[in-house]
Amino acid sequence: MNKYQRVAYYPGCALEGTGHAYNASTKAVGKALGLELHEVADWNCCGAMEVKNVDPQVQTYLSSRVMAIAVHEMNAKVVMAPCNGCYHNLKKAEYDLANDEASRQVVDRISKKAGHETYRAGTLETIHALDWIKDGIGEQELKRRLKGSLKGLKVANYYGCMYTRPRHIFPEKDRGPGSESTSQPHFMDDLLAAAGAQNVDFPLKTACCGGAHTLSDSDTSTKLVLNILQAAEAAGAEVIATECPTCHSGLEMHQVRAEKVLGRKTKVRMLYFTQLLGVALGVGPRKLGVHENVSDGLALLKEKGLA
Amino acid sequence: MAIHEKSLIRPEDLKVQDKVVLDGVDVSGHWSTFIQSRVVTDYNEALEEEISALPGGEHIHRCWQCGSCTNSCTVNAVNPDFNPRFWIYLVRMGMESELLRDKDIIWQCVSCNKCTYACPRDVMPEGVMKATAHWLELKGHVPKSKSTQFDEEFTAQVVATGKIEEGRIIRNFFARTGQPLLQDWLLEMAKRVVRRLPFKQGLAMGWAALFRPRTRKWAKASAALGEYIHEQEARNRKALNLE
Repeated sequence: MNKYQRVAYYPGCALEGTGHAYNASTKAVGKALGLELHEVADWNCCGAMEVKNVDPQVQTYLSSRVMAIAVHEMNAKVVMAPCNGCYHNLKKAEYDLANDEASRQVVDRISKKAGHETYRAGTLETIHALDWIKDGIGEQELKRRLKGSLKGLKVANYYGCMYTRPRHIFPEKDRGPGSESTSQPHFMDDLLAAAGAQNVDFPLKTACCGGAHTLSDSDTSTKLVLNILQAAEAAGAEVIATECPTCHSGLEMHQVRAEKVLGRKTKVRMLYFTQLLGVALGVGPRKLGVHENVSDGLALLKEKGLA
Repeated sequence: MAIHEKSLIRPEDLKVQDKVVLDGVDVSGHWSTFIQSRVVTDYNEALEEEISALPGGEHIHRCWQCGSCTNSCTVNAVNPDFNPRFWIYLVRMGMESELLRDKDIIWQCVSCNKCTYACPRDVMPEGVMKATAHWLELKGHVPKSKSTQFDEEFTAQVVATGKIEEGRIIRNFFARTGQPLLQDWLLEMAKRVVRRLPFKQGLAMGWAALFRPRTRKWAKASAALGEYIHEQEARNRKALNLE
């Protein structure tokens, strides 16, 4: 059995809130593809982008607790996180616990006081939803299971910051053919192309949306997002495919803000890559939460005859 | 522009002569921009050590000033005055008064980690930016930035309940920073969200706002984290010789 067939699932806080549609569509796609998810019991926040600024070791502990539960209470070998923030923080904790004695000591001390097993580096593999589908199913099998096609849909694939940076926490990337690239990521491109989408040549795949300061420095975020939206449109995209709830809501929020505050209107719609895959797999748009998106993806899918 | 990083030279340090002829050659215009010489005496020799003592600043000593951080910087592309390479230089030289001229923008680092990706010396410039921003706040040179207030609100909720509820974070953050919740663009966004949202889901969101999501069996972790954060705060203040 493929080791990604049955994985521990760490949705994270955003997927219980603004990223609800990403949660729903990830589960729906897993179901359609026969991939099993088992949610980590009593999980906590990974620390997102904020906690490390108060103290980095607190973030390391928070992420390690989630991994400790997956290993010691679920006997899991693999944990999948669809959110770039969660995925990044678990990877960062894994790296620090493998390489830094101070991190090991702090995490051990807090874990003991909190009354649970300490997570040890090397006992769990953290993957992203993209790895899960790309390596758990692959393009060939995905094609075989399609019930429709995204034919004619022009897509810009947007990966954001935390899926590839900093590269030292992703030792499995940049390993040549078959592995993900940190400078030119392509897993999402590959999957959506297999589902029939026409990927446009998009230069800002790993540009920053200003997500960390989306509310505390809104003007900067709006400029950064507007740049991404306009570049996608200039490349001919109708849709920006996303794989992170913070990027996704950042793009949607600042698209509205750019329109209201700067008077710069853009038409490109944001859809989670799992929503797009779900459509191609014949799952109804409502089940994929397309109606929850702020930018009206449903209207576009109808226009294209996909919904 | 002849001098690439012109924004580094303050206007008052530039000496422009409209008409200069040397040995019969007219060198006015572009080439007649001279930098006023000056003497710096107020070094803070402890500056690098202090920044190094704060989380994120540990590797600042590795920097050899190649400028890859500034070249790759997301915020630098929006504001050329945002210059990590230059600030690392100032910190290492102890030029505190120069650094303080940029005190109001250093917090704007968006943590995209492009600098950390590009850095050939593993300085981890993103961490150095955070350490420098914290140093400015701890030393009282600047009030807590909106970003810091957001981080503190967020962390307090995680420590208390194990999870966050986005609506509560936003409400508390806006209240704390004195911003109105009823902003044009926020209302417009809310309108667009509600338009297509089924009633049941709206109800679920209201439920989450009233009854905060919590991690079960969190009390001991919460206490241990609170204690640790308190310890670290004391440690950081001590490293900067603060009361």
